[in-house]
Amino acid sequence: MGFKILGRDDITTESVRMVVAAPFVARKCEPGQFVILRLDERGERIPLTIADFDRGAGTVTIIFQKVGKTTYHLATFREGEEIRDFVGPLGRHLDLGKIGTVACLGGGLGIAPIYPKVRALKAGGNYVVSIIGARRKDFVILEDEMRAQSDELFVTTDDGSYGLHGFVTDQLKLLLEEGRKFDTCLAVGPIPMMEAVCKLTAAHDLPTLVSLDTIMVDGTGMCGSCRVTVGDETKFTCVDGPVFDGHQVDWLEAKARQRRYHPQEREAMEKFETERGTA
Amino acid sequence: MAGKEREKPAKKKVVEKKYPMKEQPAAERIRNYKEVPYGYDVETAVKEARRCLQCKKPVCIDGCPVEIDISAFVLAIANEDFAEAIRVMKSYNNLPAVCGRVCPQEDQCEKVCVLAKKFEPVAIGRLERFIADYDYEHNIAPPTEIAPPKDKKVAVVGAGPAGLTAAGDLARMGYDVTLYEAFHNTGGVLRYGIPEFRLPKAILDQEVEYVKSLGVKVECNMVIGKIFTIKELFNDLSFEAVFIGTGAGLPRWMKVPGENLIGVYSANEWLTRINLMRAYEFPEYDTPIWAGKNVAVIGGGNTAMDSVRTGLRMGAETATIYYRRSEKEMPARIEEIEHAREEGVVFNFLVAPDRVLGTDDGWVRGMELCRMELGEPDESGRRRPVRCEGSQYEVECDMVVVAVGTYPNPIIPEATPELEVTKWGTIKVDEETGMTSVPGVFAGGDIVTGGATVISAMGAGKRAARGIDAYLSDK
Ligand SMILES: Cc1cc2nc3c(=O)[nH]c(=O)nc-3n(C[C@H](O)[C@H](O)[C@H](O)COP(=O)(O)OP(=O)(O)OC[C@H]3O[C@@H](n4cnc5c(N)ncnc54)[C@H](O)[C@@H]3O)c2cc1C
Ligand code: SF4
Ligand code: FES
Repeated sequence: MGFKILGRDDITTESVRMVVAAPFVARKCEPGQFVILRLDERGERIPLTIADFDRGAGTVTIIFQKVGKTTYHLATFREGEEIRDFVGPLGRHLDLGKIGTVACLGGGLGIAPIYPKVRALKAGGNYVVSIIGARRKDFVILEDEMRAQSDELFVTTDDGSYGLHGFVTDQLKLLLEEGRKFDTCLAVGPIPMMEAVCKLTAAHDLPTLVSLDTIMVDGTGMCGSCRVTVGDETKFTCVDGPVFDGHQVDWLEAKARQRRYHPQEREAMEKFETERGTA
Repeated sequence: MAGKEREKPAKKKVVEKKYPMKEQPAAERIRNYKEVPYGYDVETAVKEARRCLQCKKPVCIDGCPVEIDISAFVLAIANEDFAEAIRVMKSYNNLPAVCGRVCPQEDQCEKVCVLAKKFEPVAIGRLERFIADYDYEHNIAPPTEIAPPKDKKVAVVGAGPAGLTAAGDLARMGYDVTLYEAFHNTGGVLRYGIPEFRLPKAILDQEVEYVKSLGVKVECNMVIGKIFTIKELFNDLSFEAVFIGTGAGLPRWMKVPGENLIGVYSANEWLTRINLMRAYEFPEYDTPIWAGKNVAVIGGGNTAMDSVRTGLRMGAETATIYYRRSEKEMPARIEEIEHAREEGVVFNFLVAPDRVLGTDDGWVRGMELCRMELGEPDESGRRRPVRCEGSQYEVECDMVVVAVGTYPNPIIPEATPELEVTKWGTIKVDEETGMTSVPGVFAGGDIVTGGATVISAMGAGKRAARGIDAYLSDK
């Protein structure tokens, strides 16, 4: 009764792509939406962006980085195996329409979730300048896919092993300093990266949207685990987002909330490694 | 055991008090999640049933939101005819094992029981629970009659008490019923909200199995409004009627500064992580939870009692209720308040937080509270709390649970603009039939009333099942 994995490949040593049979989700989902999955009876519910979908084949593609117990565990699932629960599509569908020139920044685990948005922007007739960054060359994912959907693509690496030596913000700063004009910026990645992008774009009056990856439980607005302060209001990422005006997000609070289960996450990871004997 | 003689209980001297129900001692139970009361044994149940006067006009029935023939099932227990007792019960109530445990009997049947005028009422709730548990153990209920298939599809959305009841009744009438649930498991609040120590999940599982045994197909992981709109249920999946029982699951906040600090939970998050996701068994179960040592819970309803008592079981050294009215106005069941007291929960009345205080790195360290006094009654008839300016004071705590109510779930109304809602976001229905402004679409339970009770949600499910049957029969 679960959701069968029809395809699986390791796109880097730390990222995995899976194609999952979920015909009803595939039929309805739109770029910017996500699913919540639970691996087995004892599993937790975690959100993952819908990276791609095929309505005809009834499949949804997810791309995830191994960061904690659940993602490490999911990475051990093989083709033909089933994910116990797979709920979606959740969140608001991002329909930007035609806005002109858009800078799309994906950092690290943010590259996978920005990809469907880039594709939608491109299909919507926008001029898309993408900047993707990772720690080092072999962690850069979806480069070909991103290039195919972008008018221009820049790559950065923290260690300089590929593309510009630096962060995605450094590349954006160069472009802005060159006098390049953008109508909107879209940034997806770890909180410090999105915060840095917002700081930079605020100084250039460049409207910026971010997609938040908060800790969730239900994903339907029932718990508030995913809450975030945007402007003066408390918003629920799962139903009001995941995309928000980055210049309005209270990053300090968002950072603290994101860290709140770190000790437990470490404990769960250690237990998992011991049990698997992979420590 | 006693009970050969069949003399009418009324002729005997009235037993003034309810026969007590054995319970786990407080000191022990705050260290486990096992159910608190053990339930009556056969002998005590029969004795309790014999306290009933078998009134000519059994007013208790008027006190019951689904009008269970209380005097009949109590008489059957008094006569030790348990098969008859469960037959009567099940003809009114699909979930007696749940209702016997969680209904606010003191505001319903037991409130109006004739005995209550002078003595303690008949322990109707305990007898309800007894007969349901006895049936599960001995399987004595006659098989439920299911009408021949009608070849008409009905979708029920939301597997809480309203949806489970509507689905069960419709299946009995012969409809082809599919029950869609957003979560990965059924039960609604009964699963994610009400803790194990009050309603064991094994009991709920049995009740759900029973509904499934009537032919109801259950599909979890289906957020209706997202994966299918109501219109698509009709047009693409060829359902002929839809019942919406999606509850009032959205947390209400106090709207005071500091509410997003770490360590502030909505009651729903705190309880869902623990009950549905079983975070109390972390790391055996993957869902993490952070539990404080000095737990403050804001509110005075069942949700607040469940949250605070769960706090103790998660290892809190102090667990405190802060309620803005007085004890009299607390909406929680009396039994829960008593149990909480026995377990060491501290109650503070006539106070409300002005803000939650935090540490530099964003964790809760306390609250600033303001004292209240009771003013004029508001629309709900309860006296309105009024701030006593200048009375502010601070308390220390490292965790706060906000249990000040909920809002209706907006996903379906938002995705269904043709559905009329009230200014509170609840769905408008015809009282009698449960039909909404959209023909063929019915609704009931908390999504219509706002947060209410299990039994009123069940009652609404029953009424809507009849409404749907009438609607489809005329079609
Ligand atoms: C902690 C707590 C303790 C309580 N204690 C008591 C008590 O002791 N006694 C009592 O009588 N009452 C109690 N109540 C109130 C009682 O539980 C509710 O009134 C009752 O559960 C309402 O039933 P319902 O079927 O309308 O909704 P719910 O029980 O809320 O069920 C709704 C279901 O619909 C699902 N759903 C929501 N949206 C969608 C969607 N879009 N698609 C598909 N499915 C969806 C939800 O996941 C949920 O499973 C308590 C409530 C809480 C929160
Ligand atoms: S009102 Fe009380 S005493 Fe009378 S029939 Fe009902 S339960 Fe029995
Ligand atoms: S994840 Fe529970 S409200 Fe968003």
